[in-house]
Amino acid sequence: MPILKQGDYLIASIQSALSDSEVLELRDDLAERVGQFRARGIVVDVTALDVIDSFAARALRTIGSTAKLRGAETVLVGIQPDVAMAMVQFELDLQPLHTALDLEEGLAVLRRTARGGDDDGP
Amino acid sequence: MDHETCVEIESDADMVAARAAGRALAERLGFSRTDGTLIATAISEVARNILVHAGCGEILLHDVHERDRHGIVVVARDCGPGIQSVELALQDGWGSSGGLGLGLPGARRLMDEFTIESVPGDGTTVTMKKWRARDPLERLRREREQREQVWA
Repeated sequence: MPILKQGDYLIASIQSALSDSEVLELRDDLAERVGQFRARGIVVDVTALDVIDSFAARALRTIGSTAKLRGAETVLVGIQPDVAMAMVQFELDLQPLHTALDLEEGLAVLRRTARGGDDDGP
Repeated sequence: MDHETCVEIESDADMVAARAAGRALAERLGFSRTDGTLIATAISEVARNILVHAGCGEILLHDVHERDRHGIVVVARDCGPGIQSVELALQDGWGSSGGLGLGLPGARRLMDEFTIESVPGDGTTVTMKKWRARDPLERLRREREQREQVWA
């Protein structure tokens, strides 16, 4: 899975539906790269994810908590409307992650958080 | 029943295939994209349950039609050790699969009908259904077809 570095931020773009083991691989990769690239923020783009079920939600929350312990904020972007509806009905939540509509908004959230400004999430 | 699909569940890649199959059937049956995602998410949970608790099993998908509604039926079958207490398995927070025990209760909330049959030592079968109402036009067309059949 491509993880791009842009300035102080890491951008992970999920390209297709993921199996559980691929979700865990992403989680572990990101935890490692935060240190390697001294990243201050992570954007995880989940536009291409077909579902966010209990397992994926937990792994995504872990990405956020782990990154936070390493000094980086995580923003989840691109949750599709149908996936959002399913998560609400499922009663899944993504705390302590920030969320934003798309990549651009996600980067804006990270910049605001870095300035110590208002916190959009969780 | 016009459509029937069976997906063997032996690895986590099979879960992705089962989700896709559920979404595809839901679409063929005229469910909305959102309903397709609810169904795919519920399938994901029951498929994981098969892998974690039994190691292997299968997911059967088929359609069901009634006068006023169409339905999709998902049957997840395994031949694992069975669930000791079905009631407990459906409580939030139960379970040991690393999903915080939200899997089955969550799947139940996503579907319209949800039943578990489990015999300790002889596997578990989860049956889930989701319905959508026939729209009025569809109903009229069907009623006309039936009248024509009676006259023919």
